[in-house]
Amino acid sequence: MAEAIEVAGLRKRFGDVVALDGIDLSVPAGTVFGLLGPNGAGKTTAVRVLTTLLVPDAGSAAVLGIDVVRGAEEVRRRIGLAGQYAAVDENLTGRENLRLVGRLSHLPGEHVRRRADELLGRFDLLDAADRVVRTYSGGMRRRLDLAAALVHRPPVLFLDEPTSGLDPRSRADLWQVIEDLVAEGTTLLLTTQYLEEADRLADRIAVVDGGRIIAAGTSSELKDQLGSTLVEVTVADGETAERAAAALGRLGPVEVADGKVVSLKVDDGARSLPGIVRLLDAEGIDLAELAVREPTLDDVFLTLTGHRTEEEAA
Amino acid sequence: MTATTVDLSGNRLGWAVADAVTVTWRNLLTLLRTPQLLVFATIQPILFVLMFRYVFGGAIQVPGVDYVNFLMPGIFVQTVAFGATSTGVGLAEDLGKGLIERFRSLPMARSAVLAGRTVADLVRNVFVVALMCAVGFLVGFRPSTGVLAFLGGVVLLLLLGFALSWLFAIVGLGVRNAESAQAATFPLTVPLVFASSAFVPLESMPGWLQAWAERQPVTITVNAVRALMIGGPTSTYVLQSLAWSIGMVAVFAPLAVRRYRRAA
Repeated sequence: MAEAIEVAGLRKRFGDVVALDGIDLSVPAGTVFGLLGPNGAGKTTAVRVLTTLLVPDAGSAAVLGIDVVRGAEEVRRRIGLAGQYAAVDENLTGRENLRLVGRLSHLPGEHVRRRADELLGRFDLLDAADRVVRTYSGGMRRRLDLAAALVHRPPVLFLDEPTSGLDPRSRADLWQVIEDLVAEGTTLLLTTQYLEEADRLADRIAVVDGGRIIAAGTSSELKDQLGSTLVEVTVADGETAERAAAALGRLGPVEVADGKVVSLKVDDGARSLPGIVRLLDAEGIDLAELAVREPTLDDVFLTLTGHRTEEEAA
Repeated sequence: MTATTVDLSGNRLGWAVADAVTVTWRNLLTLLRTPQLLVFATIQPILFVLMFRYVFGGAIQVPGVDYVNFLMPGIFVQTVAFGATSTGVGLAEDLGKGLIERFRSLPMARSAVLAGRTVADLVRNVFVVALMCAVGFLVGFRPSTGVLAFLGGVVLLLLLGFALSWLFAIVGLGVRNAESAQAATFPLTVPLVFASSAFVPLESMPGWLQAWAERQPVTITVNAVRALMIGGPTSTYVLQSLAWSIGMVAVFAPLAVRRYRRAA
């Protein structure tokens, strides 16, 4: 399959800050690629280079085979970008915003009107179409921002943290919209801080830290690397903990912490709980506490880099 | 996939104009939707008229001229110069809100966002100047030349405003919000507007200040507009003012577009 996005040895620094320290990636047409990482990892810089907003210091980047520096204008005609901050005009209505983008994309007038109406319907904004955006909720703005990125039907779409700052409900709505787009064959590169989001939307994920890709693969490959879900069993004392560890050891790798907390790595998450409870019951072990922990972005980072994401800011 | 996108090749200028018109439309629409901005933009020059006409005016002696007639051409030029700062403010706001980023990711002309902003601010200045003319007549301003000369003066001062818009565009693209843009344009407008012949005769200033004041574009334009509206020798000042305005556009517009390409 043709590569929709190809990046090799991409570097960019701002003064003393190295934002991109040699990024390589390729995204086959029609697939979804997730760039996962904390604030300041270089995700946005990568997107800005790929969308022709920023010229890299070194390396190359091509979208649909067109170099983003030499063929910037050609690239702009083929991409859509929706950003972290909903870039829509607050003083225009939803409809006017979409028409503005359509006209500036040089679509014929009749086409612009039709396309704007179509997108407003699709993103559930028809009722609010003629209200100024100032009156929109956060979720509505994001949907409009995404619609604006789609006005000229770009074959390649870039979404920079599309759901950051949204409530869970709006986030789920937006995910659905994005999944529908992808089903139509749009190539998508998205950045996110949420493992859950990358997991749900992306075919392949690259974990970015300090301007470098530190791990890449499908979501399940990454999870294997992480050791998936942790089930933590707390018992009364050390002796019971030994027996629990011995019993649970038959289900997967175990570790004992604090003398009385036994943690077990399992692949099927909460579904393994009944089996665990039955097993411990059969051994006559009383549980003080039972907890299930899904791996978080923090766990990914801790595992891959040995430091937590908060340290980025420090 | 791109079949619906009209081919740009061969008609770049046509598209640059079309894009600028689209952006102008957007900016004017914004202006209509936030009338309070326009109200504030007109209150300030009206206050200046009242202040200089009735508070300071009595203390300012201009030989051979009624002070209100001396003042109003200065007020007009001050109005367009302050109005031009809104170019910087508007761009800074668009930049801070990520709109410039969106525009830069579209296949539109690189000059359109700036041209659309400066032209919209020019239209805005036309409106404000018309209003100031009315205010002037109310407080006793009586031009003594013909209608054509008066309109010539209006064109000249609008052109200066347009040229200054490009200067303030450069400033606005360097900051992130309206407040910073306001703060950054202020030190530029004050020496231009107040160290000029807009409100007082240059002869009343110390020599070192006169040296600056008599050479800078606001003074030259005020002198030209004044001559066109209340009489006096015109041609030298008019030509100098035209040269300044055209020269400033020629220098600042490419610089601003260059900055826009790299903005954010």
